[in-house]
Amino acid sequence: MTVVSNVTCPVCGSLCDDIELVVENNRIVKVRNACAVGEAKFLGFADPHHRRVKPLIRKNGELVEASLDEAIRRSAEILAEACYPLLYGWSSTSTEAIRVGLELAEEVGGVADNTSTVCHGPSILSIQNVGIPTCTLGQIRHRADLVIYWGSNPWNAHPRHLERYTTFTEGRFQKSIWIRYLTKLQGLIGRKKAERAAELVSPRKEAMPQTEKVEGLPPPLKAEERKMIVVDVRKTRSAEIADYFLQVKPNMDYELLQAFRMAIHDRELDVDEVAGVPVELIEEVADVMLKCRFGMLFFGLGLTMTSAKIRNIDAAISLVRELNERTKFTIMPMRGHFNVTGANVVFTWQTGYPYAVDFSQGFPRYNPGETSAVDILARGDLDAALIVASDPVPHFPKKAVENLVKNPLIVIDPQVTPTSFMADVVIPSAFVGIETGGTAYRMDHVPLPLKKVVEPPETCLPDEVILRRILKEVRRLKGMRTA
Amino acid sequence: MTSLLIKNGFVFDPLNGVNGEKMDIAVENGKIVEKVNEAEAKIIDASGMVVMPGGVDIHAHIVGAKVNSGRLLRPEDHVKDVEPKTPVTRSGVGYSVPSTFTTGYRYARMGYTTVMDPAMPPLKARHTHEEFNDTPILDKATYPLLGDCWFVLEYLKQDRIEECAAYVAWMLKATKGYAIKLVNPGGLEAWGFGGNVRDIDDPVPNFGITPREIVRGLCKVNTLLNLPHTIHVHTNNLGKPGNYVTTLETMRCVEDLARDGKPVIHITHCQFSAFAGDDWRTFDSGTEPIIKYVNAHSHVTLDMGQVVFTDTTTMTADGPFQFLLYELSGNKWVNSDVETETCSGIVPFQYRRKSFVHSMQWSIAMELALLIQDPWKIFLTTDHPNAGPFTHYPRIISWLMSRKAREKILERVNKKTLRKSLVPTIDREYTLHDIAVVTRAGQAKALGLKSKGHLGIGADADIAIYALNPETTDLSRKPATVRKAFERAAYTIKDGNIVVKNGEVVNAPMGRTFWLNVDAPKAEIEISKILQQKFAEYYTVSYQNYPVPEDYLAVSAPIHVKAEVE
Repeated sequence: MTVVSNVTCPVCGSLCDDIELVVENNRIVKVRNACAVGEAKFLGFADPHHRRVKPLIRKNGELVEASLDEAIRRSAEILAEACYPLLYGWSSTSTEAIRVGLELAEEVGGVADNTSTVCHGPSILSIQNVGIPTCTLGQIRHRADLVIYWGSNPWNAHPRHLERYTTFTEGRFQKSIWIRYLTKLQGLIGRKKAERAAELVSPRKEAMPQTEKVEGLPPPLKAEERKMIVVDVRKTRSAEIADYFLQVKPNMDYELLQAFRMAIHDRELDVDEVAGVPVELIEEVADVMLKCRFGMLFFGLGLTMTSAKIRNIDAAISLVRELNERTKFTIMPMRGHFNVTGANVVFTWQTGYPYAVDFSQGFPRYNPGETSAVDILARGDLDAALIVASDPVPHFPKKAVENLVKNPLIVIDPQVTPTSFMADVVIPSAFVGIETGGTAYRMDHVPLPLKKVVEPPETCLPDEVILRRILKEVRRLKGMRTA
Repeated sequence: MTSLLIKNGFVFDPLNGVNGEKMDIAVENGKIVEKVNEAEAKIIDASGMVVMPGGVDIHAHIVGAKVNSGRLLRPEDHVKDVEPKTPVTRSGVGYSVPSTFTTGYRYARMGYTTVMDPAMPPLKARHTHEEFNDTPILDKATYPLLGDCWFVLEYLKQDRIEECAAYVAWMLKATKGYAIKLVNPGGLEAWGFGGNVRDIDDPVPNFGITPREIVRGLCKVNTLLNLPHTIHVHTNNLGKPGNYVTTLETMRCVEDLARDGKPVIHITHCQFSAFAGDDWRTFDSGTEPIIKYVNAHSHVTLDMGQVVFTDTTTMTADGPFQFLLYELSGNKWVNSDVETETCSGIVPFQYRRKSFVHSMQWSIAMELALLIQDPWKIFLTTDHPNAGPFTHYPRIISWLMSRKAREKILERVNKKTLRKSLVPTIDREYTLHDIAVVTRAGQAKALGLKSKGHLGIGADADIAIYALNPETTDLSRKPATVRKAFERAAYTIKDGNIVVKNGEVVNAPMGRTFWLNVDAPKAEIEISKILQQKFAEYYTVSYQNYPVPEDYLAVSAPIHVKAEVE
């Protein structure tokens, strides 16, 4: 039995790096510090129901087992023959693999796109429009006395975000009443347990003196305390612990953001409510924003993928920019996949563009809407696809999926997914961050190492190695063709 | 490895006292040697050409978190300037914030072979090194930003210099860094709450230490650790009218720490720190007192930060300055604070000839370069991409070498600038020897890179050959010829391999990453205990995941340094 500590969790963009794993006979048997989602992945990733370890190739309409060499050769043939292949995914693998993936995309003159195209793509376009004042997560822990979650529910989607970086943390300049409350609660629970144990060992006639009860939640809105505001279309678990909850009408975030921009500039809002939120509340919250020392606005897909999309983010970033004229304010997208930020980062340093990069003319070209995965698929422009660490079949529009599966399709993924069922070549890979190492970028662009904790099955290589072998084979084939 | 013989070139090798003499340079196994077997060696006929050591850039933002945010921010910058893939090169884009591969190729085309990235947020060190691994040809290194680290501020406040030195030694190793970088010392911590410091004696909020104490403290640390470069300082108040006073005080405040007349401080992109006037309306050049001071003292080196009239992207770790620039320009703005350490900002910016301030900035950098007598004290940079992309270096070389070229620029600048600028009164024209100093020899010397910047026996065979004949060309009358020659090297040789021929990349091997392996064993054990205790409190990543392991670097080149602390 060995204990591996400081493991980075390969699940969400929070990238908690304090996970402790107990490993026995090449199996993870115990997980400490992780949230339910992380724990489930560490304990259950190897579940044979969701995993096949042998490569598959479609022959006569059936996926049949094949050798790795054969699968790599077939993949290389597909890519080398294609005129306009799509290489999509990348958000759940290491930056090392993405680097090779881009080299491959360039070699075959295809399009490389990552999952932010259907996720925080509008956020990125908006950053290109107006910029972004942001910071790392520790800055929030140390300094932020106001945290806003807009269209995002960290309690469920990034479960340890609150406890590691924001509301439930204490930093150098920012104390948290929650910490004291939670510590007290834990102390009480511990004492109760001890009492119960003592009771069992030597039962006493008289009842123990009553332990002190914790009355309700801590008093909110104390001036010196860190405040939390949640804006969402429904009352989420995150909203329950917030000091303010603003229930915005679906698809009306843009109006509310613009109302806030007016309110912070002391302009009159001559209506009773905006997007279902009373104007008095808007003005009150605008005051809270102006009066904070350091504010942070986290936004999720509830903002990027509702009606106005990019315009929502333009408005949110503009609001934050304007708040900076009066106080210190920052904004950050809540990124989902553990390395979607890394995918953007690597794409950008190699090609200048964060996603939807078209190499068909021999140099990087970027025009989301034209060179983005869904649009290429919907138009049916592609003639082959390589999907790495992603599952577009159940998530893309029907028309796009039809064109995806109509053409030769290669899937490199550690798991069995609906996309891999539809593929022509399936190459199972090692789980990044569990069976192989690498680098991933946290949602605030802090790079962290991923650890190899257990050995992968013999037939499952890391994505990076598989891609490198395909690239080598493609070059060999192309060399043959030109010769 | 094959050997090379470069025959009959006009060699400019200032560190070895060679000034344009016709001679042969022999190369074997990637090093300069006394002679090679001529029958076996590949012969390069350099007759009628200039031979120099490979160019060295002491300060250019080419990689890392901030540069990459700049790339992301500027698709409009890339679309007009693309680099197609070739059989030996990867594709990419320019212009002011080029992609990593393109950066490597473009430097190599100009005959540059060593480039220093001057601002790495330590927490994001991995990012810098990952990008280095995709930056071909060049040898490179990076300076971690240490001037606002909480640990540094706390140690210096308590005057615990030796412990601070041990911490810096640990940081250089952990981040694989090369020099101590200070940016607006104290001001970045203040920016954490949207503030700044006013001058070098304005205490940092919540820490009570002054920028003066930080600069002096880290200067002492630098000496204690025997680091090859000096502290690399971006002054307080950068980019503000009247800031020449702060610059002078910053240079003065370490005057007494100099030993044996050696430099102890490098003031980077000095142009931005040499402004006079009370506001933008009364803006003026503050170069005169700085020039006087630098001419009279030997403990300072500078680099220019020459403005080029173009559309570029400004990016520095100086968050408050970038915010000011955003408010001034109204352009899009990126700010990124890094916990416990530093911050950064990015604003696209256009330098216009007809703008009084911009053309004065052009003039300020020229005054510094032309009026500081000793070329070993001032180096050619644009603080890429802040005052202009590095691809404009050849243009600046032509300005330095030709009064005629400068006059041509002055014809078209703002009229008020013409009245105020000292440049029209300056006759000095750089010689090729001076150019070799300010673009390679001086920079390598200041960096303490012993195998770079010269062509002596044993040096790395990094050589640039330019198709420029100083015997038949009147360099001062032919600035365009000079510029073109420096834009496209006839040959660039890196570690004995020909990487560029006639301005085209023909081979793109991966260069080294230099970092300092500072030897201070005892102090380090002490410090690592303290760090472990404090880390969870200060950072949101764990102590074990913070350092960059050596195998992370594609080609690691540690430089062993023996510190004076135990």
